[in-house]
Amino acid sequence: MATAEPWQKAEVPGPTKALVITKPEVVVAMVKKAKRPILIVGHEAAETEIGEKKLMDYAIRISEAGKIPLVATAHIVGEFIKKGFQPAAFMPAIDIGNRLVDPEWKGLDGNGQYDLALFMGLTYYMEWILFSGLKHFNLNLKTISLDRYYHPQASWSFPNLPVNDWAQSLDLIIGKLGGE
Amino acid sequence: MSRKSVQLKIKELKTDIASIKDLELNFGRLVTETYAEEPMGPTPFPSVTALREWDHKVLQRYKPFYLPYCDVCCLCTFGKCDLTGDKRGACGINMAGQQSRIVLLACCIGASAHASHSRHLLEHLIEKHGEKTPIDIGGVNVKVEAPITRLVCGVKPKTLGDLEEVQSYVEGQITQLLNATLTGQEGSNLDFESKVFHAGMMDHVALEVADIAQISGFNFPRADPEAPLVELGFGVVDTAKPVILCIGHNVPPAVGIVDYLNTNGLVDKVEVCGLCCTSHDVTRYSPKAKIIGPISWQLRFIRSGIPDVVVIDEQCIRGDSLLEAQKIKAPVIVTSESNCLGLPNRTRDSVDAIVSDLTSGKAPGALILDPDKAGEVAVRIAVQVAPGRQKFKAIPSLEEVVEGSKKCTKCNECVRACPQILPIMDAVAAAAKGDTAKLADLYDSCIGCGRCESACKVDLPLHSFIVKSAERVLKEEKYKVRTGRGAIQDTEIRNVGSPIVLGEIPGVVAFVGCSNYPHGGKDVAEMAMEFANRKFIVVNSGCSAMSAALYKNEEGKTPYELYSGAFEAGGILNVGSCVANAHIAGAAIKIASIFAKRNLKGNYEEIADYILNRVGAVGVSWGAMSQKAASIAAGCWRLGVPVVVGPHGIKYRRMLLGRKDREEDWYVYDARTGDKVFVGPAPEHLFATAETKEEAMVMIAKLCMRPNDTTKGRAIKLTHYIDLHKRLYGILPDDINLFVRTELDIPITMKEEIHKILEEKKWKENRIPDPTLLSRMIRKRKEEA
Repeated sequence: MATAEPWQKAEVPGPTKALVITKPEVVVAMVKKAKRPILIVGHEAAETEIGEKKLMDYAIRISEAGKIPLVATAHIVGEFIKKGFQPAAFMPAIDIGNRLVDPEWKGLDGNGQYDLALFMGLTYYMEWILFSGLKHFNLNLKTISLDRYYHPQASWSFPNLPVNDWAQSLDLIIGKLGGE
Repeated sequence: MSRKSVQLKIKELKTDIASIKDLELNFGRLVTETYAEEPMGPTPFPSVTALREWDHKVLQRYKPFYLPYCDVCCLCTFGKCDLTGDKRGACGINMAGQQSRIVLLACCIGASAHASHSRHLLEHLIEKHGEKTPIDIGGVNVKVEAPITRLVCGVKPKTLGDLEEVQSYVEGQITQLLNATLTGQEGSNLDFESKVFHAGMMDHVALEVADIAQISGFNFPRADPEAPLVELGFGVVDTAKPVILCIGHNVPPAVGIVDYLNTNGLVDKVEVCGLCCTSHDVTRYSPKAKIIGPISWQLRFIRSGIPDVVVIDEQCIRGDSLLEAQKIKAPVIVTSESNCLGLPNRTRDSVDAIVSDLTSGKAPGALILDPDKAGEVAVRIAVQVAPGRQKFKAIPSLEEVVEGSKKCTKCNECVRACPQILPIMDAVAAAAKGDTAKLADLYDSCIGCGRCESACKVDLPLHSFIVKSAERVLKEEKYKVRTGRGAIQDTEIRNVGSPIVLGEIPGVVAFVGCSNYPHGGKDVAEMAMEFANRKFIVVNSGCSAMSAALYKNEEGKTPYELYSGAFEAGGILNVGSCVANAHIAGAAIKIASIFAKRNLKGNYEEIADYILNRVGAVGVSWGAMSQKAASIAAGCWRLGVPVVVGPHGIKYRRMLLGRKDREEDWYVYDARTGDKVFVGPAPEHLFATAETKEEAMVMIAKLCMRPNDTTKGRAIKLTHYIDLHKRLYGILPDDINLFVRTELDIPITMKEEIHKILEEKKWKENRIPDPTLLSRMIRKRKEEA
């Protein structure tokens, strides 16, 4: 089993650590297996550049390829709309986190709670603590970090990656999900 | 004033009509003497559980969302225990219980810091001026001089001596709360949360005791909207003079310094400046003193070499402050039992002997627990060492920055240690090539913690590299801040009470707390001005009050010069240091008392219900860092005031969040009829983290809405919420339908677009109740009508 170090070094979670995504196909398989996946995208997606693209461009492609409803956190919903993409919802990161730990939540579409939450673009320290909340208070939910850095509180996470490797992994996931 | 802990035991009593065996009666406290103006409410000097019912009612709507730091509990020798998921520890606690227990611990730490501070101040001032010294925090302008104390304890303190009773009560309660965190004590997360609220309430009482005591004893500004403007910033110190730097929160040693300077004609010959709340309070005593900045300026200012002597009191002091001062050869005087730094106690030694040892370098510092003696020692040392020190710096030259940067091994450890994840390594790489601009760019976002240096494998002084590279910015740091004014006048409350409660002043926004900002303190200034421009009342305290000054317009004017210092629409106020936060909570309470004529005396639940439903106040702690910020926030939660924290605030490990998608959570009683009426999610949350400044601003505007808003008031509040949302998010909010109760709530200029949304959401008109969560407040029940 591959191991990885948390990007912020003091972020040591305890006995249960994220499994390392060594092959992007793992993400594809989990998305395909999931009955109710959801993608949560933080404000850094509108700032983080990957080559000539922004991280939010990748988020849109993942959402569209995997038919995964996308929740924009913070203030970036307008940025998505400017790109011609309508997120399924927008709300503060803590609000979507809080809903994801409620077994009675009916989801954004009224069809029930989610079983897989993919995250990207949140500030590292906010994201790991949200992963922790989800890890402890919704045992039926799997979480995946699609960010560049290892998130030990998620169920699955990339290790700390160079930008190019990260971009290639995201491209591969999008391709395997049937996207462009 | 009152007596506590009355216990009556009857082993066996036989009379003609009955016999009693083993009867034991305990009374938490008997209030034997009180003020006559108001009837006593139900909960004077409340015990830990006296307000539990209220707490649980609030927690039913604002449920805790726990965000654990880690999977384990390591508080006792049973452990470590893995609490992941639904596991329980050896003591039986689960993760929800453990997280709420940690929150309680944090709030007990915060409340005890403030209570110790108020104890230190009270004892000092009583010793100095006598216990009969009258409490006077605003003369005839402030008749409700201790609103929190009246509300919680049911007493009206008139003298410093009267505060002793209140102080003792707080200390006793904090002890009981801490006791609940013992392994094998409280097991319910909601009861832990109730105790968290109690700790917060105790914190607020302690804050009030501390500030009304020091205002009365030191003649600080008394509820003065035009309190003097004083200088703030790294660049305001006259480095040609000997410089004394005071750090911390407990002002008596700084007062001792000022008194000694005054007595010896040295006022214009020595600079007195401060970091953190002591600097607020020393400027309240002497406007000639200067504020360097918030807590995060500690490393950079000490290393600048400007201070010739460092005087430390208590709270928010770096653990390595002695080591840092030694780097610049500045003697250190520690003055508090709370923080002795391993230095010898020289309190009983002669001033001459201490000065001789510290100026000669024989000793790096001394513990002096007599504030007046500490003041004299500090001044005499500063005057003697300044010429020889020649502002000896621990900051490298630019050439040294460039040369040092060449040693970087590009291991990335600095970035991974940085709380802000700043791109330090890239900046150092650029500096190695002679370009220090990238290092300078980090300055604004750097919180000055020094973790990058601790992590550096080749021991580069990276924080100093940043500071040196930004030297030009530093020297231009010259702002004005209004000295802490203290309380809000009763007349000010009378003037704004109605428009606040009816919603026509859109809200009171309080920027409080520490400087652990995600992108620097200027965000606080920007937010404060945005809301003042929108005619909210903006109230600041502590480090946030300093950060709110960090703006200059084209004419070089700063916010405190540009905006009124009065508690009125569009004002930007500085109430003072951390302990002056009492006046912000106090203002909310006084609205209920002075404007609405509700009784305060021991009447906590009713007043909190009033504030939650009617007073559109929001606390913002954008850089919340310490346990003190947690306990201050906890006091707000119980009082019904929502608190927004910056992204680092999520590390408090628990949010209190409402669910706007759960209609059933948003019903209140109409006190007129007893009907249950849907009022929408107002306020939506009690404690929430905002990810960005933009999100915070929208959240603040939204959290100011209250069920009691008139249609005119709600229309004004909706205008601000929608306008900010459109500007910062680029679209309309998706929950407008939840906040429009009647047609008249809709802002006139937005009617068309809002109507469209209301139609889509199948909105139905509702009515505006006389809102309360307390069934006992219903005046006429339906069945009785």
